[in-house]
Amino acid sequence: MSSWIVTSIWLIPAAPLAFSLLILSLTNSRRAAAAGLAITGQIAALAMSILAFLPTLQTPGFREVHNFTWFTFGDQALRLGWVLDPLAAAMLIMITLVGLCIFVFSAGYMAEDKNFTRFFAYLSFFSGAMLGVVIANSLLLLFVSWELVGLASYLLIGFWIERPSAAAAAKKAFITTRIGDLGFFLGMLWLYHASGTLLFYDNGNGALEPNGLLKIGSSVTLVALLIFCGAVGKSGQFPLHVWLPDAMEGPTPVSALIHAATMVAAGVFLVARVYPLFSLGAVNGVTPSLTVVVSIGVVTALMASLIALAQFDIKRILAYSTVSQLGLMMVSLGVGGVAAGIMHLIAHGFFKALLFLGAGSVIHGLHHEQDIRKMGALRWIMPVTFLTYTVGMMNLSGVPFFFSGGWTKEEILHRTAEWPLSRLPHYLMLAGVVLTALYMTRQVIYVFFGSKRDASAPHESPGVMTMPLIILAACSIILAIFLTPAWPCLHAYLNGEPAHLDLSALVQPMLFLSLVLVAAGIGLGWLMYRNAGEIDPLARAQPGLFRFLENKMWIDEFYEHTFIACSRVVAHLSDFLDRYFWDGLVSLFSGIAQAFAVLSKGFDDHAINARVDDTTTGARRFGRLIAAGHSGQIQAYLGAIALGMLLLLVLYAWLA
Amino acid sequence: MAGLITTLIVTPLVGALLVSATRNYARALALVFNLITATCAFIIWRHFDPSLPGLQLVERHSWMPAIGAEYLLGVDGLSLLLVVLISIVFPFALLAQRMDRGFCALMLITQAALYGTFTAQNFILWFLFYEMSLIPAFLLIKIWGGEKRDRAATKFFLYTFLGSVAMLLSFLGIYFVNGTFDFASLAELGKTRNVLPGNLTWVAFAGIFLGLAVKVPLFPFHTWLPDAYETAPTGVSMVLTGALSKMGVYGFIRLLLPIFPNEIATLGPWLLTLTVCSIVIPPLVAWVQADLKRMVAYLSINHLGYCMLGLFAATAPAVRPLEEMQAALSGVFMQIFNHGITAATLFYFVGLLEQRRGSRGIDDFGGLMQRTPLLCGWMGVVMFSSLGLPGLNGFIGEFLIFKGSFAIAAGYTAFAVIGLLFTAIVFMRAMQSLFSGPLIETAAGLPDLKANEKWTIIPIALLMFIIGIAPQALFNIFNTTVVQMARLLA
Amino acid sequence: MNATLQLFLIISSALFSIGLLATLSRRHAIFILIGIELMLAAANLNFIVFWRFGSQQQQPTGVMVAIFSIAIAAAEAAVGLALVIAIYRHYRTTNVDKFDSLKG
Repeated sequence: MSSWIVTSIWLIPAAPLAFSLLILSLTNSRRAAAAGLAITGQIAALAMSILAFLPTLQTPGFREVHNFTWFTFGDQALRLGWVLDPLAAAMLIMITLVGLCIFVFSAGYMAEDKNFTRFFAYLSFFSGAMLGVVIANSLLLLFVSWELVGLASYLLIGFWIERPSAAAAAKKAFITTRIGDLGFFLGMLWLYHASGTLLFYDNGNGALEPNGLLKIGSSVTLVALLIFCGAVGKSGQFPLHVWLPDAMEGPTPVSALIHAATMVAAGVFLVARVYPLFSLGAVNGVTPSLTVVVSIGVVTALMASLIALAQFDIKRILAYSTVSQLGLMMVSLGVGGVAAGIMHLIAHGFFKALLFLGAGSVIHGLHHEQDIRKMGALRWIMPVTFLTYTVGMMNLSGVPFFFSGGWTKEEILHRTAEWPLSRLPHYLMLAGVVLTALYMTRQVIYVFFGSKRDASAPHESPGVMTMPLIILAACSIILAIFLTPAWPCLHAYLNGEPAHLDLSALVQPMLFLSLVLVAAGIGLGWLMYRNAGEIDPLARAQPGLFRFLENKMWIDEFYEHTFIACSRVVAHLSDFLDRYFWDGLVSLFSGIAQAFAVLSKGFDDHAINARVDDTTTGARRFGRLIAAGHSGQIQAYLGAIALGMLLLLVLYAWLA
Repeated sequence: MAGLITTLIVTPLVGALLVSATRNYARALALVFNLITATCAFIIWRHFDPSLPGLQLVERHSWMPAIGAEYLLGVDGLSLLLVVLISIVFPFALLAQRMDRGFCALMLITQAALYGTFTAQNFILWFLFYEMSLIPAFLLIKIWGGEKRDRAATKFFLYTFLGSVAMLLSFLGIYFVNGTFDFASLAELGKTRNVLPGNLTWVAFAGIFLGLAVKVPLFPFHTWLPDAYETAPTGVSMVLTGALSKMGVYGFIRLLLPIFPNEIATLGPWLLTLTVCSIVIPPLVAWVQADLKRMVAYLSINHLGYCMLGLFAATAPAVRPLEEMQAALSGVFMQIFNHGITAATLFYFVGLLEQRRGSRGIDDFGGLMQRTPLLCGWMGVVMFSSLGLPGLNGFIGEFLIFKGSFAIAAGYTAFAVIGLLFTAIVFMRAMQSLFSGPLIETAAGLPDLKANEKWTIIPIALLMFIIGIAPQALFNIFNTTVVQMARLLA
Repeated sequence: MNATLQLFLIISSALFSIGLLATLSRRHAIFILIGIELMLAAANLNFIVFWRFGSQQQQPTGVMVAIFSIAIAAAEAAVGLALVIAIYRHYRTTNVDKFDSLKG
């Protein structure tokens, strides 16, 4: 029997959803009400999340589900359900907390927008859908929420709808993620077919429980990989990462909430949620599907951090860093470090939201300037933003001890080192650490140091915007306490074990290695970009390489000229065939029928009708001919009779 | 409640007579009669016991015993579902534009014919209604249509009529051998043996298949559809896609699948291939259409393709677990209903745009969201419903169809899923060029939804949400029928 | 010269031929009637001759037929004359060449 917390956990996503509908019905002028309602909804969700979090803290490995029938079709029932376990609870807290900060920040950031109410409606809608993803105990419910999250993302990327680039980015995001979702959809169908249920946990009969897994059997690898397609699309993994940098067209709070902290992490969450499908039949913790996850993650992480080195848009740099960090999380999951991956996800949620909001604050202060070459020397003008941004940067770069990102990244590195199949991911991830530190140092130097390159008068953001920055920075530091290997409290919580204090775990070679690498990255960055100006030092040294990276490795162009061009050609071809071939066939048939009609009319006119006419004229002519012999003279008739008689006589004589 | 179905069929006919006699208020009178039929349909729904299999509220009278024609009406879950659908689509279509009495009268005749088609259980009666719907539809396109209406109307009529003739001949053949026109007895016969000797079965099958495939339409028998839908006035397009297109699918379910199980099984892979073509190719074509109505028309083919996928999967020559067949059939039934509502609403919106702008080229609009947020918002809801967004009605049917089909014909289904992507692309393109970007000057003066339009849209859109979130009421109508039908086809 | 059958037959065929000739060659309708009467006379002669030289002379069959025929001929002549007069009244001529209303 599930407790009341689990049966009513649906209220957590329902609250923001309901508030979203309420806000949508407001008129444009009710700005304060809109923001107030949205924030209230978020606070309610946060409060309930904390309430839901408590029981999971008390019992290690707590997991309760509440399943119910959505509808019956034929004589079967389609069941959905909610689950509360450490994974869900931790995600709930992270999403609602980060969400709340971002909602508050938005109230300041979007203050001048004319569609302020609509913005908050969408944002609340997103929050509700995202919370739905987290608490779903059914792949179908997860998929439903997943798609709604995608819809919210679409609406918010294209929020400034009068900008063609925003509309194009929104379209691209929706379609690209939908490509991944097709795989997810097929994977879901297959899972449903194979295991007979879409529930994750159902008293031993769920798809992720031994009985269910047994039924799935050998098709599990394909099922897992198909589901992974969805994660690839949503989490911006190679080769479907192209939408995420473009998604920066949306307002910055949206980028922070959706395209950094929560939605893009849903892919990682999905893999973690259905992890038993990936790890079924693992030998030494390695399965084919997990190997694919690792490979995709490694490629994505490295590629994105390289591209980030050569971007000038402050948000795009962060976007690529998000892609790269998501790749890192995937690697972590792939090598078996589920808890490490989720920990990084949560820590990343805080510090990346912080970075994006910081970037938003900078953009706001610079009157919507996003090019880092036009910034500079902001550290004195925007001190709060600068300090919090630095905290975020330290987190992202992976500086350990005080910063949560450092600990989680270190743990992931640790896990990759233990992967039995190959050491390559480990080394590549180490390189990734250096690159991350490098591009973040570059960004910070460009934005906050050096000389002032912007003509306008920048200003520090108002309290409603700096407050969330401070809270998020504090969170990302406080979180570090629970992440240290000395007291692996979150790790243990996620794995369902009790945590205990062990200070000796602090001292280990990996820690020093990552410390050295981060220091190297930051130092290198300082050396390289100390005097950076309009022209990037890397561009000066390696113009070819820089252009390659600046153009995002031409992947967009490659897609444009291959897949998109091909499908366009096929579409035009189909249209042509439809108009001229298929319809032509119909016309041909009707033409044949028409020709037959003409032919048959000709036959009627010329063969039948004309011959009948001919016969009558012939008969008439014959009559005329005969009539000519009738002179009307009696004597001629008599003569003829006489002649006839004579002939008869002759005949008689001849015969006798 | 004897005679309830007859009342349902006769009411619109009486309405048509009265409407054609009035000078003014033709539409209002037609709507009043629609209110009566809707009440009738509602009473039928209330009297219908969803737990019983087989026909209910049966009306059986001898009609022409010499040729086996009976006046046999009755509803099962499927018929009831369609009766409900028509009762929703027709008033909606009448509200879509102001038209004179001739138009309204013809619409009512079409409505009566459709009620008859979906409740008749004897072939002769069924065929009578089936053809009866064709003539008013032809006239509606021919008289009130747009550009190229003569050609489109003639094409529509001849194409579908040719199919009907082929079907009639096939049925006559079946009658001469088996001596019955009764659907239920023919289905029983089909289960045990071929209905005709030797290769004649194939000839009869081909005739009926042609008739129905044209009606659905199934690729490549679809070329009449874009022309007809494009040319027809808004209300007629709504009826064509929302109600008339269901006749084909209904025919497949009632006639072809039960009577010719062997032929369907033999042709299974080919039929599935055609279906996948119907799903994948039309949205591609829709992608490059410049005319909004034509675009929606092609997407309509795609959505009916999902129905056919479910049906052919449920009869494919493969291992067919009963529960998967049930899933596929339930999905098909849901999809029939949902497509009827969604596609009709899409046409309604295109009609609104056309009324406002005077044209319906996709590039004639731009930046509408800034000027007409309500119109764009609700139209967006309908578009998302049509592309199968969960939470709206379109998703449930598609999910169940794919669930059932995937278990039976995985390869075909995997291909068909691509259709979902292309549909999304089409709608994304449409939304991008209609709603977003800078406001086009020529579109600047367009008014937003008026009060009457709002009150037309909101109930339908709410229905989409309700079905998308809590579809149980709809499932209740046909669950028993699905179970029975799955057993029949197994 | 004996009065033989042959002689009578020759006389009657001569009579017939003269009648025929008259019928065919004369233009006046009355003469044509006379020709016809001649041919009838030839036929009557034949009846009597064949009776006289035949085997059953005790029964007066030939004479009877001849008398009968003469009576009919008289009636016929009367009708013929009436016709001629009627035609004459109409056409104002008795020249048969002018009568061609039967022309086809």
